[in-house]
Amino acid sequence: MSTAYGVTAVVLVVVAAVLIGAFGLRLSRTTSDFYVASRTVSPLWNASAIGGEYLSAASFLGIAGLILAYGADMLWLPVGWTGGYLVLLVLVSAPLRRSGAYTLPDFAEARLESMAVRRVASVLVVLIGWLYLMPQFQSAGLVLRTVTGAPVWVGGVLVAAVVAVNVMSGGMRSITFVQAFQYWLKLTALALPLVFLLMAWRADGSPGLSAQDAAGWALPLSGDREYGLYSTYSLILATFLGTMGLPHVLVRFYTNPDGRAARRTTLVVLSLLGAFYLLPAVYGALGRIYVPDLEGRDTVVLTLPGHLIGGMAGDLLTALVTAGAFAAFLSTSSGLTVSVAGVIGQDILKGGVRSFRTAAVLAVTVPLALATSARALPVADVVGLAFAVAASSFCPLLVLGIWWRRLTSAGALAGLLAGGGLACGAVLVTIAGGPYTGLAGALLAQPAALTVPVAFAVMVIVSLLTPERIPAGVARTMVRLHTPETLNVDRGDWRPRHS
Amino acid sequence: MSRERERVRKEIDRFRRDGDRARKENDKPRREVVTSPRTMAARHLRYTASREIDEQTRLGEVYMRSLVRTQFRLAMFVCTVLGCVVGGLPLLFLLVPQLREVQLLGIPLPWVVLAGLIYPAFVLGAWLYVRQAERNERHFAELVDGQ
Repeated sequence: MSTAYGVTAVVLVVVAAVLIGAFGLRLSRTTSDFYVASRTVSPLWNASAIGGEYLSAASFLGIAGLILAYGADMLWLPVGWTGGYLVLLVLVSAPLRRSGAYTLPDFAEARLESMAVRRVASVLVVLIGWLYLMPQFQSAGLVLRTVTGAPVWVGGVLVAAVVAVNVMSGGMRSITFVQAFQYWLKLTALALPLVFLLMAWRADGSPGLSAQDAAGWALPLSGDREYGLYSTYSLILATFLGTMGLPHVLVRFYTNPDGRAARRTTLVVLSLLGAFYLLPAVYGALGRIYVPDLEGRDTVVLTLPGHLIGGMAGDLLTALVTAGAFAAFLSTSSGLTVSVAGVIGQDILKGGVRSFRTAAVLAVTVPLALATSARALPVADVVGLAFAVAASSFCPLLVLGIWWRRLTSAGALAGLLAGGGLACGAVLVTIAGGPYTGLAGALLAQPAALTVPVAFAVMVIVSLLTPERIPAGVARTMVRLHTPETLNVDRGDWRPRHS
Repeated sequence: MSRERERVRKEIDRFRRDGDRARKENDKPRREVVTSPRTMAARHLRYTASREIDEQTRLGEVYMRSLVRTQFRLAMFVCTVLGCVVGGLPLLFLLVPQLREVQLLGIPLPWVVLAGLIYPAFVLGAWLYVRQAERNERHFAELVDGQ
């Protein structure tokens, strides 16, 4: 493969991201701009931006790799990552927008009127963000090594640096444009090569799977994984419920003008994601036919164009896929960095634009250090763990907070600590020494089926035991969360602290 | 849905009657000298629904609970259907292994469903939900504004 094309692709994406970021620089002047782009972003832009931010290295590279490795059971991963938005739409989207919260800690504070819950939520946001950022940096290293032969750490450092500069200079406004651009780039970068790949596959006489694969790999629940049914259900639970608890997704909802727009934006997001997720499964299947024994399965999307098409066309298509992959690293990392930096800046440092910049540096350096020191696990698996933590902590907080008046600050605190703590424990053990075998291994690798019910149960039981701690303003908060904006009613005077 | 609205309306009417009666009774023993004609006061005898909500009267609570309950039922309905489809598929593939091997146009059925059809189904479900949720909100707004 020619290195020049790959390097050119990476440079182009990076320069484009920086330029578009700089374009937004003139527009962002106040703290409010930095956080939410002053709520002037239109719905299609906003939906593209959510899509662009959400489709990470795990979606672009990881799913195809896992499907190549494990077959039909892994099809649930993209299904869950899309379906999570349906759950988010019906349970969370409009009330969350109406709450006026910029971040999950804001929501916790507004609803439960408790600084303790806010602080625990802040810590969880930072942990989930770092857990999500780490595999992005690792994949960037892997891709850059595959394409150019550079040492593994270079890719991660490159992405971290670009993201930090971009976030620090432009804040949210520029990020919205960058993100929206990245969605369409990623879709093109995966769809166009696939058209050529399928043409090459037809010209090759449309070879099918080997008889062994057709009887095993292609069928659900027939892989070599132990406790396949448990893992499948746990994966479904984590992905469907975890989406609403991802810190970088929530910030986007604030950029909708009202609750109704938030719903409509989510609907557009579902369509955009559905279109994108049709593609990785085909890459996985083609990979199984042509390169079943690929070393480093996360690179299957990069390898196929060169393998099937070859020559100049193959090189160009590989460059296009590389550009898409870098777009994925940059967009997801930017979104996460904005959220993590926002929370660190507000809740740990003293707030304001300067704190936000310091926080942005902190937000990328910790996961970068983790990425270079930790072992490389499959990217989609690590991201899956981040979903499990989100599903076991923020999902119950949001769902009960929005729909159940009797949630108390003590209940929320206990639930966040129990669910989030258990899930984080499982994650740490898996990353430090996994993967383990047997039932314990399955539980540790896919903790959600256990930790999500625990989190819900603890939150409900402790709330019922502490009725005296129901927040005083809960009735007003319910009015704020649920009444359409067209009605002229008193929604209370709570405002997020920065602006 | 309409039966639910009917029920809420009745409950609200009952509260309103009770409130009016209570107010009348409170007024009864008092005698005041009218020093200036307060023509504006008469219009506020009946509280508007939004004021009931603002002052968190029991009637205001009924309004709010009806909205939250309606939206929650809709959300639960969608989640139940989603849960049955998504939770049922692995079980179906487990219990009826022949289904795994059915082929549609040369593609195994699980792939047709999980890598294709389920995505448009999500979008359709989401669209139907958004329509109904907005309708619920419109009804609530009519209930509150139309008083």
